Amino acid sequence: MTKTVFTLDGKKIEVDSAETIWKIASRHGNKIPHLCYRDSKDYVENGNCRTCVVEIEGEKALAPSCLRKPTNGMVVHTKSERSIKAREMVLELLLSNNPEPRGNFKYWLGELGIKSSRIPGEEKIESDLTHPAMAVDLNKCIHCKLCIQACREIQCNDVIGMSGRGSSSLITFDINDDLGNSTCVGCGECVQVCPTDALATVDGFDLQDDKAFDRKVESVCPYCGVGCQVELFAKDEKLVHVEGKNGPANHSRLCVKGRFGLDYVNSKQRLTVPLVRKEGVKKDSILSVDPNYIRAQFREASWEEALELASRGFKVGIREFGSESFAGFGSAKGSNEEAYLFQKLIRTGFKTNNVDHCTRLCHASSVAALLETIGSAAVTAPVINCLDSDLIIVAGANPTVNHPVAASFMKNAVKSGAEMIVMDPRLNGLKNYSSHFLQFAPGTDVAMLNGIINVIIEEKLYNKQYVDTFAEGFSEYSQHILKYPPEKMEPICKITATEIRAVARKIASANSAMIFWGMGIAQHTHGTDNARCLIALALLCGHIGKKGAGLHPLRGQNNVQGASDAGLIPMMYPDYKLVEDFKAREFFEEFWQVDLDKKAGLTVVEIMDAVYKNEIRFMYIMGENPAMSDPDTAHARKALSKLNHLVVQDIFLTETAAFADVIFPASAWPEKDGSVTNTDRRVQLGSKVINSPGDARPDWLIIRDLANLLGLNWAYDSPQDIHNEMTKCMPSMENIPWKRLEEEGSVTYPTVDKKTPGQEIIFSDGFPTKNGKGKLVPVSITPPDEKPDKNYPLVLTTGRLLEHWHTGAMTRRAAKLNALEPHPTIHLSPIDIQRLDLELGEIVEVSTKRGRVKLAVREEPFMPEGLIFLPFCYFEAAANILTNPALDPVAKIPELKYAAAQLTKIVS
Amino acid sequence: MKKDKNKIGQLKGRVVRREDKIIIAKILSDRPKEPELLIEYLHLIQDRYNCLPAGLLVALADFMGLSLAAVYEVASFYHHFDIVEKEAHTNSLTIRVCNGIACEILGSKKLYDNLREGAKDNYNLVYAPCVGACDRAPVSVVGKSQVFYGDIARIKKLRDNPDKVVSLPPYQDLNSYSSQKGYIIFNQLRDQKISKLDVTEILKLSDLRGMGGAGFPVFKKWEFMRNQSKPRVLVVNADEGEPGTFKDRYCLENYPHIVLEGSLISAWVNEVDEIYIYLRDEYPQVRQILENEIKEIESAGLFARGHIKLRRGAGAYICGEETALLESIEGKRGLPRNRPPYPAENGLFGMPTLVHNVETLYWITKILLNGADWYKQNGSPRIYSVSGRVASPGVVIAPSGVSARELIYDYCGGMSEGEEFKAYLPGGASGGILPSHMSDIPLEFGSLEEYGCFVGSGGVVVFSDQDNIKQIVLNLLRFFAEESCGQCTPCRLGCDKLINLTQQETRDEVLIEDIISVMRDASICGLGQAAPNPLSTALRYMKSDLI
Repeated sequence: MTKTVFTLDGKKIEVDSAETIWKIASRHGNKIPHLCYRDSKDYVENGNCRTCVVEIEGEKALAPSCLRKPTNGMVVHTKSERSIKAREMVLELLLSNNPEPRGNFKYWLGELGIKSSRIPGEEKIESDLTHPAMAVDLNKCIHCKLCIQACREIQCNDVIGMSGRGSSSLITFDINDDLGNSTCVGCGECVQVCPTDALATVDGFDLQDDKAFDRKVESVCPYCGVGCQVELFAKDEKLVHVEGKNGPANHSRLCVKGRFGLDYVNSKQRLTVPLVRKEGVKKDSILSVDPNYIRAQFREASWEEALELASRGFKVGIREFGSESFAGFGSAKGSNEEAYLFQKLIRTGFKTNNVDHCTRLCHASSVAALLETIGSAAVTAPVINCLDSDLIIVAGANPTVNHPVAASFMKNAVKSGAEMIVMDPRLNGLKNYSSHFLQFAPGTDVAMLNGIINVIIEEKLYNKQYVDTFAEGFSEYSQHILKYPPEKMEPICKITATEIRAVARKIASANSAMIFWGMGIAQHTHGTDNARCLIALALLCGHIGKKGAGLHPLRGQNNVQGASDAGLIPMMYPDYKLVEDFKAREFFEEFWQVDLDKKAGLTVVEIMDAVYKNEIRFMYIMGENPAMSDPDTAHARKALSKLNHLVVQDIFLTETAAFADVIFPASAWPEKDGSVTNTDRRVQLGSKVINSPGDARPDWLIIRDLANLLGLNWAYDSPQDIHNEMTKCMPSMENIPWKRLEEEGSVTYPTVDKKTPGQEIIFSDGFPTKNGKGKLVPVSITPPDEKPDKNYPLVLTTGRLLEHWHTGAMTRRAAKLNALEPHPTIHLSPIDIQRLDLELGEIVEVSTKRGRVKLAVREEPFMPEGLIFLPFCYFEAAANILTNPALDPVAKIPELKYAAAQLTKIVS
Repeated sequence: MKKDKNKIGQLKGRVVRREDKIIIAKILSDRPKEPELLIEYLHLIQDRYNCLPAGLLVALADFMGLSLAAVYEVASFYHHFDIVEKEAHTNSLTIRVCNGIACEILGSKKLYDNLREGAKDNYNLVYAPCVGACDRAPVSVVGKSQVFYGDIARIKKLRDNPDKVVSLPPYQDLNSYSSQKGYIIFNQLRDQKISKLDVTEILKLSDLRGMGGAGFPVFKKWEFMRNQSKPRVLVVNADEGEPGTFKDRYCLENYPHIVLEGSLISAWVNEVDEIYIYLRDEYPQVRQILENEIKEIESAGLFARGHIKLRRGAGAYICGEETALLESIEGKRGLPRNRPPYPAENGLFGMPTLVHNVETLYWITKILLNGADWYKQNGSPRIYSVSGRVASPGVVIAPSGVSARELIYDYCGGMSEGEEFKAYLPGGASGGILPSHMSDIPLEFGSLEEYGCFVGSGGVVVFSDQDNIKQIVLNLLRFFAEESCGQCTPCRLGCDKLINLTQQETRDEVLIEDIISVMRDASICGLGQAAPNPLSTALRYMKSDLI
């Protein structure tokens, strides 16, 4: 870096010529006023407000210090009369149109002592209050264009523009549409950066006003696996505001859920007292949608009574039916400590390995394939690594909906020159960023991927050196792949051979490619096969273990990675030691001081089947909602209603809690301390900012007390205590004690010691397999389990909406999120709508062999013909009533992405 | 412009309609989808419908892979684009009446009011900024046809039967030019009969200055380019928009090949790969002439196909500012850039860029043909545009340093019948206003600066005792307010506030001076810095006239 010597306010300074005058002055304790310049990660200077102008000798006009870099011999005056006068005039001009200043603007007016303006103001513009979460008052706008940067360059949602010209230019949305009617996704980045509150939250929270909150903590968002760091503000025991914090995974960015959707915590529907099923009130497997009806089945109880009843039911069960009749569903939304404690209770208290969580319905196939091929149960590189990729592949994932902040980095990468290839039967928000969008026929992933791999091998485009060093099974694999030339695959997957070849060549010739994937790949009866193909692609081209490359199944829940790591799965102990491995069991028997079940346990869907067959009769469910999330919910709900004894621990009276015998009111995320592990393998700390309402208690405390009543004798007195135990039995946690988390905020594993930063990109030198190599596993085409036929001619797929989270337990109770998307709808192609003679918004019936739901028709412009989509967050039209419980043989994940369906008009 | 609130059955925001997709596919067929062509494509839609219906903008965004916001913010910046929710909401004909200072003092407001009746349902009526025909004021534009001297009969005739094709004035075509030593210099360069250094030397000797307003020595610009990386670009600034200026139009409408050869010479010497000509859209006849003649010299083999690209302006004076012009060629809003870096280093698409005004290129060819001595002996001539209250307004080729008095009495036949010389603009709207008793100052670079004025592009507008100085100042301030890009605080707010404060009964002169200072000191570009000039110079020299 070249050095520059210049004079700043009379003092000679030597600096890196890469720094701006503003930054240099700031370092020397001189904070020059600034409005359009935001000293924050990823934001660049705008240079238009002119509040930061300084005098440079020899230049006719003043210069914006936020933009200008010093050159040798330059003489700069930041406090000259001319510069100060100019700054004052700038603020006075802005104040003339904005007599009620807020935010940073108000701050700088105060700093410069400007209380009023001599300049006449102008006519007011009407506010735009059409959005449930954000208010637009353009009278306050100073045209700094930070919001445009926020929307177009940072989050890349591309909604905000500066339209018109001159003094009549205005911030507009789309084609000058109301915010509430635009394509705005509500990420609120614009609100976070607006220096004047022209764009603000409807609540009008003023960060500058210290009476606006009485408590503030740093924490992590409880929604998805991106793990955005946040600042939580509370007042009078209510969560009142969320700000993005500069965490390594999010750079202060948030999405609509994290920013505007945490008020579910304040909901009046929160469980505040333990509930016990009234004597003689039977469990009804037909779930009512009337919450009052369900509530009436229970009576309130004290903690003492509830815990007693809960434990007694279990103790009786062990005595009369034995451990094999027990199971537990832990939570991927709780903390690592809670997940660890829960599986410990099931294993040491119930003495069974029938413990699982929702990863079974999510990335079970991805993890199974990864463990099989490269010995990993997690990603090989973080999301942000894509900024160094020259090629980004997104397969069967919709990150602009499900991992919005992660998607923003992918879009940033494309804007900086990376190329993107998307593979998805449904066109999605990455369309405009991709050079190739392979809209393949649903369920034909293997045909398409094998076709691509065929080209890479046949045309000898694979990375020979990498394959020789780090892969095994190549000769067998390349023999097998001969059967899948692109010309043969074209009629199956509906992608032309030309396109398959073009994409294959792009992938093979890329320097570093990141492969992201999601439920489109995972939730199939051939999900493990799909993942095997993606892993083979990476191994053949050497796209692992270096900057810009890696395999990244986008983890869904905020702590699904952590829950899996903590052993909340039936076939492995914490840190993936096989339950059926003698040495592993020996270790944990010693560590936990009990005998443990020798057999691996059943998975989520298998457990439901076992319950249905009366083989399992006793369950403890924490923070999970199988009555909504399990495929074929009619079957799952019937099963739940059959249980002899069901204890549910949750924050709301969920669809699953409706079948309980005892319900424990638990803590929401901002009400406890705990660590969570995001999709990148970053362990981050969540902190308590408010107390739980009423008598609700922290989950770890409830588990401990229940465990003690079961005779386990646990003495944990804090989450730290539990975490401490984890560091002793989990190599991944060994060097991440609680104190380190408190100090560093985020620690990635693996980490070699307690000080060295963790390794974000791994496997640069081989894999944790027996011979250090990754396996190339040949894959054949398996069609989806249930093909369309005469009676069910359409293909039904399921998924999520941006504004809602999974089964809707949290987000249907978050006022703004629910206001954005209050109604269940079925998404169809406009061609099908026309063919079936439907009207938009018309109520129709969608049915499969398993059940039927009624909901409104919605048009999705680029949906392929014959495919319909249903989000699974609406209890009134639960998607899983329709889904197919057929399982992937390896991972036992159900085929939630493909079922044969029928759609009919409702003839009144 | 809001659309119907979303029904439950639709995804949020506007969706592409099939019929709109078909229309766009028809208009654009297999044209490239580079984002820089956005303004060119908006023109194609506007040309066809006399408006930009929102549905087509959505389809255009889809076609080009751009966001709705990106398309809308660009379309709405340029005043020649008329964005409507539906085509039915507007008319198929637009009549523009020029409100440039030379037209306004000669009755354009009355003409506008006259045309108001019968507008609305039959045609759109716009009071538009200077269209570059100040010597034939007052001017209107019916569709694409300019009508001069307030000829209302002709306006009405065209209104009822608009011209389908733009009529071209007679000009020096390729045959004619070739027979008069046309392209001799360029061919000598290509055949290496003269060297690039030779050419640069001649220009150095002639001390030719840029004629766009800044007056930067041409040879210095070229010397600077020598050290820049490649590839490089030459941009011809034909966005003449300074009120009172029509000299570039004169060059292109009469001697297009002198300008084209100047471009080719500049490109050759500076080892430039591409030439872009950015032409203001108020000169459709010039566009047709250039399209024809570029094709001719292309066929004659003077350069490769596509070497010269013609780009249309869309009604934004600020795009005459060189960095705003570059932004516009890049398909964006015409916002001037902060400097450094300068275009020579980082210009169009980040490449080192040489920007030349049309008249500069005219003189480059002339000087190389006739010699530096010829140029200097003739007093370093330049083309002044003289309009307003003179007997014979028009272009005047005179030695630089001629005075306003000389222009009026020696070149333009004196003042108009019965009028007394009162004041004048030495350099268009931005060069300030001076009283008649200060009309002997040489109109050249460096002479007017001490008076707070400048010659700029040489647009001299002459006022008489018939004119109200305050109204003139307000007209000029309104022009800048209308044309300000709106980026920076001092200009965006300052222009409006100065108008407001000038109109007040008792003016707060301290406040006015404060605003003028911050505009001069802290605006991003020359528009903001020069916008206060009409007022500051009027206050300085003609205060008593500002009642």
